[in-house]
Amino acid sequence: MKLRKVTVAAAAALVLSVTAAGCGSSGGGGGGTSGSTSGSTSGGTSGKKITVGIKFDQPGIGLKTPDGTYTGFDVDVATYVAKQLGHQPGDIVWKEAKSADREALLQRGDVDFVAASYSITPARSEKVDFAGPYLLAHQDVLIRADDDSIKKPEDLNNKKLCSVTGSTSAQNVKTRIAPNAQLQEYGGYSECLTGLENKVIDALTTDDSILAGYAAQAEFKGKFKLGGFKLSNENYGIGVMKGSDLKAKINTALEKMVQDGSWDAFVKKNFGPAGYHNEPAPKIGVIVS
Amino acid sequence: MFDFLNRYDLLGAFWVTVQLTFYSAVGALVWGTVLAAMRVSPVPLMRGFGTAYVNTIRNIPLTVIIVFTSLGLFQTLGVTLGAGSFKTIDFRLAVLGLITYTSAFVCEALRSGINTVPIGQTEAARALGLTFPQTLRLIVLPQAFRSVVGPLANVLIALTKNTTVAAAIGVAEAAALMREMIENEAQLLLISAVFAFGFSCLTLPTGLVLGWLSKKVSVRR
Repeated sequence: MKLRKVTVAAAAALVLSVTAAGCGSSGGGGGGTSGSTSGSTSGGTSGKKITVGIKFDQPGIGLKTPDGTYTGFDVDVATYVAKQLGHQPGDIVWKEAKSADREALLQRGDVDFVAASYSITPARSEKVDFAGPYLLAHQDVLIRADDDSIKKPEDLNNKKLCSVTGSTSAQNVKTRIAPNAQLQEYGGYSECLTGLENKVIDALTTDDSILAGYAAQAEFKGKFKLGGFKLSNENYGIGVMKGSDLKAKINTALEKMVQDGSWDAFVKKNFGPAGYHNEPAPKIGVIVS
Repeated sequence: MFDFLNRYDLLGAFWVTVQLTFYSAVGALVWGTVLAAMRVSPVPLMRGFGTAYVNTIRNIPLTVIIVFTSLGLFQTLGVTLGAGSFKTIDFRLAVLGLITYTSAFVCEALRSGINTVPIGQTEAARALGLTFPQTLRLIVLPQAFRSVVGPLANVLIALTKNTTVAAAIGVAEAAALMREMIENEAQLLLISAVFAFGFSCLTLPTGLVLGWLSKKVSVRR
């Protein structure tokens, strides 16, 4: 009897491990398929799937809504670019590209390109190629709408700031923007916004495009405003695999997007409600440092 | 290949991890022992509290507890634990959260140790006229502790790794530095490997020393 129990347990464990392995391999298979898609993309055939990496959690940039659709500036740009590459919006497979995963996703070929508030930096350019830039963002602060004590960047020095743990914005605060300010770091921007509402925190700091997206959300409308300080230059580019011929094609698509007025429409649609003063569309290949 | 490491204060970050682990371990040991005493006490109210605490806390994800200490206790209720700056507040809140969570596991490890003490020991103590607190303190707990050094070492190793969750509320420990480095260097695998090695350096000796200690002090029956 005892032996039988052991056998049953062993069988259950075996079944579990096989199922788990099955899931693992099917995930790997998915990666392989999208890898082959990137091969066919270069052919430019229509009706083929294209996999795009975006942020799923940044309102105004790239957001997965509860009903499974995607909204945001990066989503609009990526849809436009995919269309120029010969893919209908229905053929786009969206994949989450968290900040830390972006280079790995591209290097493994899991996605064809990444449009996920991806700033062009020298360290990243060693790993992947960038098309664009398609947006010039600046580090800025989001403050309560009734707060008049922060008028210039120097006012931040005795304030309580908040940003995401380890982000470039958080590092900028510590090293040069406001070394004397207290900086609270959280895992996400939502925690900072709660603190900003509770008046425990005076300013949330990151790229103005991201801040504008949060401020434009229905539940925060009228509560927060942008400081309008240009604390850094962030050149958002579209990441592709190193040496990929997609770079040139995406650059052509981006130029067309600016010329036919789609770029202005996307900016207005996604950042408009927050009183965000956007920079003019950047020239392809010109990185503002 | 590893030249970028010079630009970061790796030792400083791991030192914060060690401090978090140390204070949380001491706190969890004390509070976990009190909880275990409650769970074996003859007072139904204390037994009920101990059982409810352990079953609630050990089933809540640690991230939820840690984020709650910051959003709930600090931001909403204004609990600062006597600290002035964000840096100290975050650290103390993280220690509080880790103690709250880990003590549930310490309690259960210790209770299993109490069960290894033969019932005759307690009966003999009672026959000598010792009260319940005296029995626990002089007879049961000393033997129980000696038999659970091994399980407690497991809890301590788990605690060391759990301190990485404190990065979620901005404590500048190893995991927070790891995120910063990944953001700047675009070297996901290499940086992860460096930090995995760092944590092994902390936990391997802990396991070896406590494993040796557990053999040395165990009660042979």
